[in-house]
Amino acid sequence: MTPELPGIRLERLAGAVPAWRAAVDAPGWLRACQAVAARGGRLAALWASQAADTAAGTCVRALLVLQEGLICLELRVAAAEPGYPDLSEVFACAGRMQRGVYDLCGVRALSARGEPADPRPWLRHGAWPREVFPLRREVPAASRWTEQPDEYEFVAVEGDGVHEIPVGPVHAGTIEPGHFRFSVVGERVLRLEQRLGYKHKGIEKRFEQMPLADAYRLAGRVSGDSTVAYAWAYAMALESICATQPSARALYVRALLLERERIANHLGDLGHLGNDGGLAFGLAQFSRLKEDFVRLNARLFGHRYLMDRVIPGGVCVDVEPAAIAALLDEADRLEREIDALRAIYDDHPGLQDRFMACGRLAPETAASLGVVGLAARASGLAVDARAHPGHAPYLELQPALASEPGGDVAARVAIRFEELFESLRLSRRILRHLPSGQLCVPLAAAPDGAFGVGWVEGWRGEVLVALEAGAQGAVRRCHPHDPSWQNWPALEVAILGNIVPDFPLINKSFNLSYAGQDL
Amino acid sequence: MHKLLRQIAKVGLRTETAPPADDSLRQISGRLNEEVLRLLGRALAIRHVDAGSCNGCELEIHALGNPYYNLEGLGIRFVASPRHADLLMVTGPVSRHMEEALRRTYEAMPEPKLVLAIGDCGCSGGIFGETYASCGRVANVLPVDVAVPGCPPPPAAIMQGILTAVQAPGQGFIK
Repeated sequence: MTPELPGIRLERLAGAVPAWRAAVDAPGWLRACQAVAARGGRLAALWASQAADTAAGTCVRALLVLQEGLICLELRVAAAEPGYPDLSEVFACAGRMQRGVYDLCGVRALSARGEPADPRPWLRHGAWPREVFPLRREVPAASRWTEQPDEYEFVAVEGDGVHEIPVGPVHAGTIEPGHFRFSVVGERVLRLEQRLGYKHKGIEKRFEQMPLADAYRLAGRVSGDSTVAYAWAYAMALESICATQPSARALYVRALLLERERIANHLGDLGHLGNDGGLAFGLAQFSRLKEDFVRLNARLFGHRYLMDRVIPGGVCVDVEPAAIAALLDEADRLEREIDALRAIYDDHPGLQDRFMACGRLAPETAASLGVVGLAARASGLAVDARAHPGHAPYLELQPALASEPGGDVAARVAIRFEELFESLRLSRRILRHLPSGQLCVPLAAAPDGAFGVGWVEGWRGEVLVALEAGAQGAVRRCHPHDPSWQNWPALEVAILGNIVPDFPLINKSFNLSYAGQDL
Repeated sequence: MHKLLRQIAKVGLRTETAPPADDSLRQISGRLNEEVLRLLGRALAIRHVDAGSCNGCELEIHALGNPYYNLEGLGIRFVASPRHADLLMVTGPVSRHMEEALRRTYEAMPEPKLVLAIGDCGCSGGIFGETYASCGRVANVLPVDVAVPGCPPPPAAIMQGILTAVQAPGQGFIK
């Protein structure tokens, strides 16, 4: 069913997920976003692509989500124009994405008065000068500039007894780098300001040096813990461009691998959450289960984390009858083990005391920030790309949405337990009903300039890949979008009023990707 | 509490034997003398810095702490401050935005010190290579003693890299 937006003509995009595109002018851009917001829709991603010819300007795209599916708005900003209308008043999560777009492409989001909506950089630190925009076509990927002065203004909190705790980019454990600036009174957090972008390594520029057929490997390394989700989203986008339909078997195997990625990450997180809550036993137990699990991945599929198993056109691994037996056996064993550990977690007063009412993200706040994935479901929002709007093979598998209204660490722990059981159920169903078919079908040629999107619910949240084909099978533009873009700002809110020592626990309960948003 | 104790008893010990050192992983030989290595090998403190990885290598570094690899059982532990560290473990290609933080972490470590580069990206820049925002391999920024390839290298390979770093060339691991 095509969604209705006032004065906007939607054109259906081919592919696995219901998606439409619409070219809009500046007033239409804002009007369409307001209409989507009014209908309870949200912003999934925002990025810009320069036309092949620099003089032709830049195309800014916003990917919106409605109950019916995705809508991709396309706004052309001519080289002579100052920018495009700011969306952060409509969708709060647009702010950082717009700052990132300026840092890389040089087009500004402008307020109604025509001023830059937020002139602060986001992804640019000191690696390139402020007047250079590395995603522009004329900038060679291998350019190297001398270290630039990197002055970033944090918001200062003033008042009696307020002091700042700067943390990072190098953190105290095996964690990705980023900077957190806490303003505290005593131990209570008055404000947390994040500064990310330390891991920016030019992934989007790197995509443009790769053939369409190979770039799934790079997509699978945008955020390594979500490699299956990214590789599938990339494959989905490319298959949409090439109008190629993978076999039913390939789609089932992809879903099996995606659920295995979810299980592995949830097992790891539940262990770390126990540990951060003071129960080292939990880490020892869950990390053992995770190790058993990824060893079976290595034995049956050739890689512990399933990298490069999902490829455009299908998958490169099959599930043999012996493997089905081993996986079903594992599912039964794992379910019993998780059940036993859940009872221990639930009955542990010390742990529950740390989890409950800690780092609460109220449902209305989560909705206004456009939070996605497991964090959204732990704040009572029904957001899951497998279910709404769903795509093959999930339409047949009928995943049940986990939901917890609490919004605290306890809710994000509970969601992980529920999703583990649900993913095991889905895995069994996949294994028992594996259809026949080719593992991988050849891709048709990609027409120059064709555009496609992929949308997959990874373990952390929805992973999107927007892909534009260039001439002779090259990538013209690829924007991979991590759910962490939406969820990082939610962490800034969830920590408010909590004490600094609870930050590691709250942070872990979201477990967001730095690599995925820094690109 | 009884459930918890029963679970511990039921699972039992799972720790596996550590792999032997592998001289082929060595990049620079003889930076530290044998006596120093022998002492470090008995109680090694590691500071890990992610200089721009995809976070895949971090999954395997975390796995080193699970009961199968039980790294701490060998007297090897991760520390929060570079001031307490003997070995700097680096993952990822070094992003330009992390270059300075990485150098400063290295400089903050007391001598004698070792550097271990982890993963294909740490060894060669990997799929990300050298771009306007990436310095490529770790050796482009710091002296690297041992480099462990893999995408990501499995925990046993990382462990082997650590054990190789704290051992003089051509000898078995002294424990």
